[in-house]
Amino acid sequence: MGEERKSSKQLLAELQAKHYADAQQAKAEGKPVAWSASIAMQEILEAMDIAVVYPENHAAAIGARKESMEFINNAEGRGYSTDICSYARVNIGYSDIKHAEAQDIPLPDFVFCCDNLCNTVLKWYENLAKDLNIPMVLVNTPFVYDDEVPERSVKYMRKEFDHVIRQLEEITGKKMDPKRLEEVMETSNEAAKWWKAAYSTAVKNPSPLSGFDMFNYMAAAVTMRGKKETVELFRTWHDELKERGEAGMGPWKPGEDEKYRVLWDGIACWTNLSTTFKTLKKYGVNVVCSTYPDIWNLRYGSNDLDGLVKAYAEHYANRSIKFSVDKMSALAEEFQLDGILYHSNRSCKLMDFRQYEIQRQVEARTGIPYVSFDGDQTDPRIFSDAQYETRIQALVEVMENKKNAKGGK
Amino acid sequence: MADYKALIAQLTAVAATPGKSVAAVIKETGKEAFGCFPLHTPEELVYAAGYIPVGMWGGRTEIKLADKYLQGFCCTIIKANIEMGLNGTYKDLKGVIIPCICDTLKCVSEDWIYACPQIPVIPIAYPMQRKIDGAIEYMVEEFRHVQAKLEEISGRKITDEQIEAAFAIYEDYRQAMREFVEVAADYPLTIDAKTRHLIIKAAYFMDKAKYTAIVKDIIAELKQLPKEEAKIKVVVSGLVSEPVEVLDILTENGIAIVADDLSQASRKFRTPARAEGTALEKMAGIIADQKGDTFLYEPEKYKGSMLIDQYKAKKADGIIYFQMKFCDPEEFDFPIVKKEMEEAGIPLLYLEVDQQIDSFEQLRTRIQSFAEIL
Ligand code: SF4
Ligand code: SF4
Repeated sequence: MGEERKSSKQLLAELQAKHYADAQQAKAEGKPVAWSASIAMQEILEAMDIAVVYPENHAAAIGARKESMEFINNAEGRGYSTDICSYARVNIGYSDIKHAEAQDIPLPDFVFCCDNLCNTVLKWYENLAKDLNIPMVLVNTPFVYDDEVPERSVKYMRKEFDHVIRQLEEITGKKMDPKRLEEVMETSNEAAKWWKAAYSTAVKNPSPLSGFDMFNYMAAAVTMRGKKETVELFRTWHDELKERGEAGMGPWKPGEDEKYRVLWDGIACWTNLSTTFKTLKKYGVNVVCSTYPDIWNLRYGSNDLDGLVKAYAEHYANRSIKFSVDKMSALAEEFQLDGILYHSNRSCKLMDFRQYEIQRQVEARTGIPYVSFDGDQTDPRIFSDAQYETRIQALVEVMENKKNAKGGK
Repeated sequence: MADYKALIAQLTAVAATPGKSVAAVIKETGKEAFGCFPLHTPEELVYAAGYIPVGMWGGRTEIKLADKYLQGFCCTIIKANIEMGLNGTYKDLKGVIIPCICDTLKCVSEDWIYACPQIPVIPIAYPMQRKIDGAIEYMVEEFRHVQAKLEEISGRKITDEQIEAAFAIYEDYRQAMREFVEVAADYPLTIDAKTRHLIIKAAYFMDKAKYTAIVKDIIAELKQLPKEEAKIKVVVSGLVSEPVEVLDILTENGIAIVADDLSQASRKFRTPARAEGTALEKMAGIIADQKGDTFLYEPEKYKGSMLIDQYKAKKADGIIYFQMKFCDPEEFDFPIVKKEMEEAGIPLLYLEVDQQIDSFEQLRTRIQSFAEIL
């Protein structure tokens, strides 16, 4: 009999282990290792066969392992303010301590940044470059305040793209092979396609996907979009979910019903994953989608470099309130949401300072109830169990009333 | 020539009461006012459009309405700007320009659309890769975009001649200010910390040509006077050196500011324009050439070494880092500067400030002990 097919869960674990092992090995062999922002143009690095680790992803792993305070304390002890994004504080702490129970990563030979998420990563990577005395490679994606990415930005980003390639050729002493780049772009598109297909299975009611699983798989979307194995991973995951859906299964074990479908806005609270998950599940609330995963659904035409730089500039974190409201309203309809849960993330000014207006506009447009809670992705001092539970209860009550009112019609 | 004391008093009064000053300049020039959020806002274009550019650097106000848009951990400059937009303080502004230069400003350029729909907003996004081929071109096109928006709002065309003329006025202003901060360092008693701050700040609420003429007169008059010596000399870094009460505390302790690296002051005028190019290219060039600025990408991070240079050149006794609470780009720079000052053995005082503080006792104690060790 043939070998049994690996589950997506196994594949994910294997790939993640390999991802970190590859980076360690590259370092051991004296090859350059990059630390990269989470939505940077990995296509270039992959095509040049440069080992990469992703500090945001690593910090999340440290947070989930509940050891982030050690790193945060280190950074704060060196003068970093508590106000700074906790991913940055954890990572900067790690760059000094150099060991974490959750996962060890090699120190970088250069940093690779794209500020399409926030200006914070730019400042953070500047500090790494200065502190570790290594080069910084940056693609700056000007904030898209108009409806579309303007032509002038595309032109400028293309120049940056060329500049980055020259910088990397200098750092690695290798030439970029345009054929290889084209291949990686194909693979990345394919991976993005299956990533989207998989999380979109949650459109089904009930959803075969539990949103907190999506947060786990997101690690692969962040760290290895350019690899063939990732295509396989997301396709397998998609097929499993599809099967579950066709069998009429919900997100959890049989008998644990999905009663309410909500959108989670913002990053997960990695330090409080289990509480945030269990509290929701207790009330039958499933996170069927989020504003986040779609960011890695980066799509562009074959060998279309203009399209590539544009794709990196035009996801929702780099866009207007109008864009976000349209997007969330569309998700509300597509995923048949009962409610929206906003994470007011103490770390992330970029997401927070538009959130109140987005809440009002999305509610006005869709009529879907929402609550907001205070938290942080990796600083455990902000989240409060009690506040979270109260807010969820409040949301459930409104969702329940709405359901009853509908049912009574 | 008027008495320099009267001229200084004139400018400090302008800066102390921005609302009144802007009303006065509107009346005097017959022009309308246009708001300019920090940082590196292309005021030349606003001026060329026939408006009086008005600096929007927050101010003391009770934050109530802004809480509808911004969480508690937003810098108070921006909270105050939104508050005053909402409560009608800015009702006479014909529009505002908001540079999307930090995460907070990106968001606020969006919030403003809904918070103050009667005051149109023009966002601007700078190239952070400002040294590469293509950056100047992008920047110039971005300026053209701002120009088109200004034309749309004002209903008037802006000619290239008008832009060139405005640029010349601003270059003259920047040149005069570079000289002013040099000369002021020789007269630290006459131009004490608060006076220095208010003189520089007055530029944000006046017609630039008129302002520059006054500053030039002050410079000329000062130069006639015998030089003065301060007990303690410091270089200051940060976004702004506010609130002004802190500057009074510096003076009480014999501390004078002999050089600055502030966004509201020297970072605005310290970089000379390139000799070649159109006005817009030169404006882009200033952004590209600026060194040691928190808000413009610079992996080498020259800020610390530049502070050390200023410290040495001015024979200063120490450095004060004015940290605007919740301003994360500045917060990122601090640990790097701190390390460099420790290595160079230069005394550094970190002051966390915000525009709405009402108790200064803690800051007073910290400044006193700093003065004692110097
Ligand atoms: S959490 Fe927010 S501030 Fe921090 S790196 Fe991510 S997007 Fe930037
Ligand atoms: S964070 Fe700093 S630069 Fe940004 S708006 Fe606030 S004070 Fe200004």
